[in-house]
Amino acid sequence: MKKKSWMLLLTLVLVIGTVLAGCGSANETNTDSAATAPGTTDNGNASEPAATDANLAADQTLSLNLTAEPPTLDPAQAQDSQSNTALRFMYEGLATIDAEGNPVPGAAESWDVSEDGLTYTFKMREGATWSNGDPVTANDFVYAWQRVLNPETVPAPVYAYQLYYIEGAEAYNTGETTDFSTVGVKAVDEKTLEVKLTNPTPYFLGLTSFYTLYPVHQSTVEGNNAWATKPESMVVNGPFTMTSWTSGSEMGWTKNENYWDADNIKLSNITATIVNSGATETAKYQGGEIDYAGAPTGEIPTDQIQPLSQQLADEFKLTNIASTYYYEFNTEVEPFNNEKIRKAFAMSIDRQSLIDNVTKASQTPAYGFVPTSIAGLNGQSFRDMHPDSEYFKEDAAQAKQLLEEGMKEEGYTTLPPITLLYNTSENHQKLALAVADMWKKNLGVEIQTRNEEWSVFLESRKTGNFQIARAGWSADYNDPMTYMDMFVSGGGNNNTGYADPAYDKLIEEAYKGGNDLEKRMQDMADAEKLLIQENMVIMPVYYYTQASLTKPYLKGVTTDFSGAIDFTRAYLEEH
Amino acid sequence: MANENKANKQPMPALTAADFEPVNINERESEVIKRESLTAWRDTWERLRSNKVAMSGLMALVLIILASIFAPMISYWVHGYDYQTNDLLATNQPPSSLHWFGTDDLGRDMFVRTWSGARISLIVGVAAALIDLLIGVIYGGIMGYFGGRVDTIMNKFSEILYAIPYLLVTILLLVVFEPSLGTIILALTITGWINMSWIVRGEIMKLKNREYVLASRSMGAGTGRLLFRHLLPNASGPIIVTLTLSVPSAIFAESFLSFLGLGVQAPISSLGSMVENALTGWMYYPWRMLFPAVLISVIMLAFNLLGDGLRDALDPSLKNK
Amino acid sequence: MARYITSKLIYTLLSLFILITATFFLMKAIPGDPFMSEKEIPAAIRARLDAQYGLDKPILTQYVNYLGNIVQGDLGISMKKLNQEVSSIVGQTFGVSLRLGLIAVVVSIIVGVTLGLMAALYHRKFIDSAVMIIAVIGIAVPSFVLASLLQYSLGLKAGIFPITGLRTPLGYVLPVIALSAGPIAYIARLTRSSMLEVLHADYIKTAKAKGLKWPAILWKHVIRNGILPVVTYVGPMTANIITGSVVVERIFGIGGIGKVFVESISNRDYTMIMGITLFYGIILMAARFITDIVYVLVDPRIKLTSGKEG
Repeated sequence: MKKKSWMLLLTLVLVIGTVLAGCGSANETNTDSAATAPGTTDNGNASEPAATDANLAADQTLSLNLTAEPPTLDPAQAQDSQSNTALRFMYEGLATIDAEGNPVPGAAESWDVSEDGLTYTFKMREGATWSNGDPVTANDFVYAWQRVLNPETVPAPVYAYQLYYIEGAEAYNTGETTDFSTVGVKAVDEKTLEVKLTNPTPYFLGLTSFYTLYPVHQSTVEGNNAWATKPESMVVNGPFTMTSWTSGSEMGWTKNENYWDADNIKLSNITATIVNSGATETAKYQGGEIDYAGAPTGEIPTDQIQPLSQQLADEFKLTNIASTYYYEFNTEVEPFNNEKIRKAFAMSIDRQSLIDNVTKASQTPAYGFVPTSIAGLNGQSFRDMHPDSEYFKEDAAQAKQLLEEGMKEEGYTTLPPITLLYNTSENHQKLALAVADMWKKNLGVEIQTRNEEWSVFLESRKTGNFQIARAGWSADYNDPMTYMDMFVSGGGNNNTGYADPAYDKLIEEAYKGGNDLEKRMQDMADAEKLLIQENMVIMPVYYYTQASLTKPYLKGVTTDFSGAIDFTRAYLEEH
Repeated sequence: MANENKANKQPMPALTAADFEPVNINERESEVIKRESLTAWRDTWERLRSNKVAMSGLMALVLIILASIFAPMISYWVHGYDYQTNDLLATNQPPSSLHWFGTDDLGRDMFVRTWSGARISLIVGVAAALIDLLIGVIYGGIMGYFGGRVDTIMNKFSEILYAIPYLLVTILLLVVFEPSLGTIILALTITGWINMSWIVRGEIMKLKNREYVLASRSMGAGTGRLLFRHLLPNASGPIIVTLTLSVPSAIFAESFLSFLGLGVQAPISSLGSMVENALTGWMYYPWRMLFPAVLISVIMLAFNLLGDGLRDALDPSLKNK
Repeated sequence: MARYITSKLIYTLLSLFILITATFFLMKAIPGDPFMSEKEIPAAIRARLDAQYGLDKPILTQYVNYLGNIVQGDLGISMKKLNQEVSSIVGQTFGVSLRLGLIAVVVSIIVGVTLGLMAALYHRKFIDSAVMIIAVIGIAVPSFVLASLLQYSLGLKAGIFPITGLRTPLGYVLPVIALSAGPIAYIARLTRSSMLEVLHADYIKTAKAKGLKWPAILWKHVIRNGILPVVTYVGPMTANIITGSVVVERIFGIGGIGKVFVESISNRDYTMIMGITLFYGIILMAARFITDIVYVLVDPRIKLTSGKEG
């Protein structure tokens, strides 16, 4: 009996394998035709007459590379930047973000915000349709958001908490109530969507451009778990539809003629290879196989940043993005339970020198937690309103003295052995070694560095099995809160053991702060001061930039505050 | 003898048994081995020594080992460089009189790093290869010699071990044990010996039915004698080749592990991890890849030449040729 | 023969069972899980995910459930590539690795054996040294170095071959070279060493003395006897190459199964890890099985044994 089932298994596996191998090759042939297109562009073979605009290249096929395959193309399930790039081709939220970072009408034509900042009424765009011709209605958004929040959805959408600003959303998501009518999302009619929030949330409009809040096409999604894994079953409302997807190799999109703004979409096709090697990516770029290289879709190796920025000065670009690189102290273990010792470590490295000589991408030295590209009020950035330069200064002599004082307080004659933990990556390694070397020179302490494989590293950090560890944080939305709520007592991402009622109170007030936006910003700045100036729970290193290469003939690519990139309005000039 | 001489002098009409005498052979003398008596190892050494190519490989290895011990010390005395101290104002410098092999991306002296890297690589490679050899020969020998059910079961066991995802094993090892050279070597040998055991098994299966083995067996030789005196020496060719090749594969396996962050912990580095590190920018900073890569190749070459020589010297079938 | 094959099959299934068991518990023993990320998932959502994927159950229950599923031929759904069938991903990516790998295997064997044979026939002559130098270089240059040198020089600078991908026949050239350089060197050396031994064996002298023509001796005796160690090596090598090289696939941007496997291990994509391990196990054991059969065909002195002393 047992033998039989095993043999059955073997046979099944072999058969499945063979059949699917067959499917695989069939898919690849599909991609072939699309993929050969860029070749003709490179030869400047303009056999067809150019489009209306004389300047446009005849072949409007954009070629990209993605360092990783998007794990999902279901907006409800996405969590990463690769999925973000791909989903932007295919979907459009209520608002979209323009080049200056302001929300502008997308699937919604216009909106009204109530006096108290709690009720948003969106007017759906006339003539906006899905790729199959169905109109995009308010119900599509209600359905999509309900799907994200519904505890029955499989797998559970991780980013459901991005909708917790909506009244009743958290209670519904956590199963406290099963009645969706308690959630503040309602289709007043086909063309009107009403959203009620728990607290005034100044950045909510920006959030509606985020992928978790994209609409989905109800009749496509229902009853087909795999709808987002096959190009033919994805019905979308964005500028492009997916036409091919070869697992692990390539993805391809074609212009969606049913998109309401199709007239302003110049690209006819987008193809993306999936290559997880920075050196290969820059070689592809230089060899003309792709039109754009570097972050956020790909990567330019650190070793190539300097030479490429000189060789291809016109094509090379560094952009400030909303991410912070920092080291976090475990305030519950020796010796970093001592505040003076923490300060000594934070003050004794030369950030500018690290940036100039090690990371080399003109990052901004960080003395605070909220990066420079996060908005504050009235067109000023948060950092402009509350400069981080006051929090602390680099000073090796004073650091050395603080270290001695700290050691005296703890009764150390020598420091206990210290290990700096980082996750495996060439860049993290370089920085860790350089920082450890600076500590050795400036403080006279020997630091071990240790790298761990990503998941092991996360586990170590989560369980507090570290003394000082590398960390990075990128913004979910354009507001300091996306950083500052992280270090509340017992917060899910607070691995430092820092628990301070004063800090918690400031964050609480900023959340509920009503419409006094000045005070809200001040509360968060005060919290940041507590976190860094007073307690030095984390040691900021730099605010990220991202390096990219854009072919001179590729125009109209925009990047937002977080570094997310939008190719949908791009076009290729004659070249 | 004296009696027989006497008898010889008497005239005799017919031959009797006494007429015959054994040829006078000094038995002791005839059994004397003119060639100096050599142990098997001594013998091998003599033959190896006469092989100039192999000896140059050996010399190169000895020189590299000496350099990997002393070059970092000398450089420290002369310039004050060590393998880990950064000089952020002198990153990616081409070779010069100050830095003979240039500097790397943290301004560390490549000369020191290359030789200390060679030390790590040699330790890892040789230790892993020797452990592979020991386990592989014993395991493969038993499989091949006994055959039958023993072979099937042991063979299956090695197949299972071979098929278990190696990365999982390594990740677990590094979580359980502290990352250190010992852990890396353990990680490399945990499946590294299997290939050797398969090679040995194949050889023994081929050899065990040969006439000289049967002869030895029929003369009452035990398993141990058969294995170690007859089978393994005759299989030494492929074994030595596999051994000399498992040094490089261990060195590369280690660099693959560093590539995944599971190798030796920085700032210590091996030749493999240095090459790996230099790979993304080699078109701009060729010296960072060139020196470690050339040294790896020289080490490989030396091991291979030595291995070839050893093969010739060890193989009994090539004796006196 | 039939009995031999049946018994082999039973052993193989038993081994696969042990393999699955060992891998399952190994995988669960290492830190991390599929839903870890830099940003912690809220506890309630996390608990739901665990329940949906059965990760909230005791490990033994998870194991029994998994076994139950694969016996029914269900490898499950990837935990990271959402809603994608493991079998479908394995099928697609393996197809790519297989096509590339088989070409590399054929190239390695033909070139490797030819070089090795030439070196043996012209022992201690120029050809011998030349072949051995090629072989040493093949071994001494790590595949990631070779691959990126080839890509940069012949792909980017000379522009002869595509930098990435297998879209055209030309696209296969560089990955095949990178994949087969090591095996060629290895096979050449094994062949040389083994052939040398055979060439000095008495039966070759006998054959010569009998007046057999040299090509006949070469074919019937020398190659047939000298190829055994190569056969031993080629089995696992084939299994290795067709199951995808992470390095070559990564550098040349090939969507093969090797790359997917390493990704699923670092993602802790449990179902993918198990599915690919099972698949690898089958391929490896098939390769070893074929090796044993080829052994018999090549060397009549070896008998197949079916579990008892033979």
